[in-house]
Amino acid sequence: MTLRATVAELVREFRASGRIVIVGASLAGLRAAETLREEGFTGSLTIIGDEPYEPYDRPPLSKQVLKGWVPADHTKLPRMREVDADWRLGVAAVGLDRATKQVRLANGEQVPYDRLLIATGTRARQWPNPAEAALRGVHTIRSRDDAEQLQKELAEPPSRVLVIGAGFIGSEVASVCRELDIPVTVVERGSAPLVGALGGVIGAIAAQLQRDHGVDLRCGLGVSSLEGDSGGHVRRAQLSDGSIVDADVVVASLGSIRNVEWLEGSGLAAGFWGVGCDAGGRAFDINGVVTDSIFVAGDVARAPHVLYEYQFLAMEHWDNAVLGAEAAAHNMVNLEPDYRPHLLLPGFWSGQFGVNIKSVGVPPFGDEIVFTQGSVEERRFAAAYGHRGRIVAAVTFDHGKWLEYYGKLIEHSGPFPPPPPGWDQPPDMKPMPAEFPDPRVPTAIPDVVLTGHAPSGRTAEFRPRHH
Amino acid sequence: MVEETPWQQALRYANRANPYPFYEELRKTPVARQPDGTYVVSTYREIVTLLHDPRVSSDPRKSPALVAAGTEHSGEPAAEPIREALTEPNIITCDPPEHDRDRRTMMPHFVGPPHAPHLISDLEPDIRRLVDGLLDGMRGKTRIDAVDDFAYPLPVTVICKVLGVPLEDEPRFHHWIETALDGLDFGPEAASEEIRSRLAGARQAVQDFGQFAAELLDRYADQPGPGMLSALVNEDGPEGRMSKGVLASNALLLIFAGHETTVNLIAHSVLTLLRHPEALDKLRRRPELIVPAVEELLRFESSVQFWHTRSALEDIDIAGTTIPKGAPIFLAYGSANRDPERFTDPDALDFERRDNQHLGFSQGIHFCFGAPLARLEVQVAVGEFVRRVENPRLVEDPPPYRHNQIFRGPRHVLVDIDGIRD
Amino acid sequence: MRIVVDLNRCQGYAQCVYLAHEVFRLNGQEALTYEPNPDDQRRLQVERAAAACPVQAIVIDRLDGEERGETS
Repeated sequence: MTLRATVAELVREFRASGRIVIVGASLAGLRAAETLREEGFTGSLTIIGDEPYEPYDRPPLSKQVLKGWVPADHTKLPRMREVDADWRLGVAAVGLDRATKQVRLANGEQVPYDRLLIATGTRARQWPNPAEAALRGVHTIRSRDDAEQLQKELAEPPSRVLVIGAGFIGSEVASVCRELDIPVTVVERGSAPLVGALGGVIGAIAAQLQRDHGVDLRCGLGVSSLEGDSGGHVRRAQLSDGSIVDADVVVASLGSIRNVEWLEGSGLAAGFWGVGCDAGGRAFDINGVVTDSIFVAGDVARAPHVLYEYQFLAMEHWDNAVLGAEAAAHNMVNLEPDYRPHLLLPGFWSGQFGVNIKSVGVPPFGDEIVFTQGSVEERRFAAAYGHRGRIVAAVTFDHGKWLEYYGKLIEHSGPFPPPPPGWDQPPDMKPMPAEFPDPRVPTAIPDVVLTGHAPSGRTAEFRPRHH
Repeated sequence: MVEETPWQQALRYANRANPYPFYEELRKTPVARQPDGTYVVSTYREIVTLLHDPRVSSDPRKSPALVAAGTEHSGEPAAEPIREALTEPNIITCDPPEHDRDRRTMMPHFVGPPHAPHLISDLEPDIRRLVDGLLDGMRGKTRIDAVDDFAYPLPVTVICKVLGVPLEDEPRFHHWIETALDGLDFGPEAASEEIRSRLAGARQAVQDFGQFAAELLDRYADQPGPGMLSALVNEDGPEGRMSKGVLASNALLLIFAGHETTVNLIAHSVLTLLRHPEALDKLRRRPELIVPAVEELLRFESSVQFWHTRSALEDIDIAGTTIPKGAPIFLAYGSANRDPERFTDPDALDFERRDNQHLGFSQGIHFCFGAPLARLEVQVAVGEFVRRVENPRLVEDPPPYRHNQIFRGPRHVLVDIDGIRD
Repeated sequence: MRIVVDLNRCQGYAQCVYLAHEVFRLNGQEALTYEPNPDDQRRLQVERAAAACPVQAIVIDRLDGEERGETS
């Protein structure tokens, strides 16, 4: 038998009778399962999820669900095809033993696998003071249950909502509050809303947008403490400048934490930055060596990106979950040379204060920004981000039809500043510093994390931090 | 004699019924410079790219070549009577920010208020009644003209109602539109005696049509009435009111484009179904397929075959070619919709085609303003035609075509029928 | 029924809103929000909306009514 025939036989056999386990029953986990079946995998498929719900879509939670238009349980994801899986919902994976190829569940069960997909995503960072975080009326928003509870309290309505952290989620929550005519104070450590994701120039526009909609926005400040009443319900917050905000609902939107604790001791390259993997979704072990049986997709994955100097990116974006899962699933039932890379040009959107904010590329990779189309004053514009004379990202406010033009420029390493449009030019088209915060300045954590290259060296050891 | 380019051949009247073999040839050069300096783009990907490129203008006043083609002194045979007669731009011939503002102003009057844009859906019962009436009128006949008896009367009646144009004026504007379209030619035949002799009449027709639109707007300014035009004249939107000249230009566009393209789509739909008995049969058995069927028909026989007012405002590198600054750009939607690089088996009619992201209504900021109305009319009209007309047979294939190349459609589609079901 | 809109693809053409404003809404000029699990009686409207999307961003459940096999 030739080597090629042997490989083909291996693939055929695995597709027919292999065992695949997917940990994470959300968007990435579901789309991976569907892709596996689409690719002809007929072996056993187990999907493990810590929440009791079948896969649901998260973006509506901080928008139409919070507003009270759509019930939280109306977010179930459509299915692309039958997946014929053993669904283990409501029970978390708590450990991984790579030697015996088993996933340990919270109820003590061991689930064996031949190939494993890690799609455990992220969770909301909780308010750091546990006693204060336990006060009634203090929320984070990530899950269906979070959104349902917060929506109920917004419907009452509260006298004032305090939002801590003006990233996308915090800003969307503030926007919903204003649509519901609820007074809202937003406290942001950085210089402006969205500053971690889009920089200070766009942040200043977002700040004005919030204030125009009646948000009491306080930037450059933190919240020192939350205080409850005798009944254990939050009533006020003290800010770092000593001022007091009375609020009976507090939403802590402090960014997310990647769900990797269950991988402690597994010997994978897993840490607070996520699980390191190659662009095909194959996980790295602790030494930075690629594994053959473990794959990663979605928010928790962190892979090198060809467009960004091969730096490792974790992208908490919807299309990263979908397309990353599809690529990883394809690779789980194939071998070289049939591996497929996940070469996403990242993109995201956020609807807030009646404006559609969209982006392509990786804005924090840029150090300069230039307005290219439209009017900042009318909040209908496009802007491009540059790094070393190349365009690396773009953002639009209510100009989404033009975004793919910039996407193509980024894909082709187009020049920065990009060629000017033939019409609707902004009055000032000079590039300026994009004003991303120094990474050491704490802000709402940007949803793209840029760090150096993969762990390397003869051996490596992680000392997990315990909170 | 110099050999004609595939584009020039596609534009010849003799090839109006089937330009597709020439489009296939044309796509071998996705961006093809023509002898007159126009760049014709015929492939899907390149067209979509240019539709989203802010260095492309839709305003012919910004291209020296297009300005020259629109004036009498240019000596160019392809003089464009419609553009010449209009001093003000409409939404299809202007760029942002004016385009965006005018479209934002017009849209709520067409679809309804932003929180509940129900006006189009509300028209469905009226459209059904009209279609029923037209089909009822065919009872007792053994031969019908799917254009004059069916495809034409529905859209023209609906657009008059939507805009508030008196239906009794229809014969007048119908004549102006026919005259103008017959005098507009982008191909080698533009130089012919016949077309040249039509040019003056075409110009006059557009002048008269513009005059008609302006007078109608004046009447509504004096005395508000029903429909969108009166509302545009009399109501202030959040961004104010459109100037009278811009409004007249857009009124003309809405009257014309608001029915011509739909007429051709319905006529082509009937023709295409009669050419594909298995598809017709499928639609009879599964009437719910009318929704994707109309999308496939929009792809298969696009009502706007190309658009001709765009130009490059900078040098644009695309598909190995540089379109020089100032050059006119024609986007050949009819060809892109048959591009095998984008559509599997593009010359097959498939009502269950997946991922049918056709360019029948274009894309980008100039996406067809009237698309929701056109879709509804064609879904109802073609759906009911299929359900009610007994044993329809095409009398003549290909049928005679109208002269115009952009708004391509049959002049008549004669169909023998056995009767009309209830 | 279940739907999801790929809002990365969505360019705010609003065709879905004109066809089914009970299911799809614009927040301002361009930001689309929608009911991801609309009532089954809206099916025709939603299918029309999905077909009309110029960038084919609306995804409808293909399993409709079949057993999904979840424990929840």
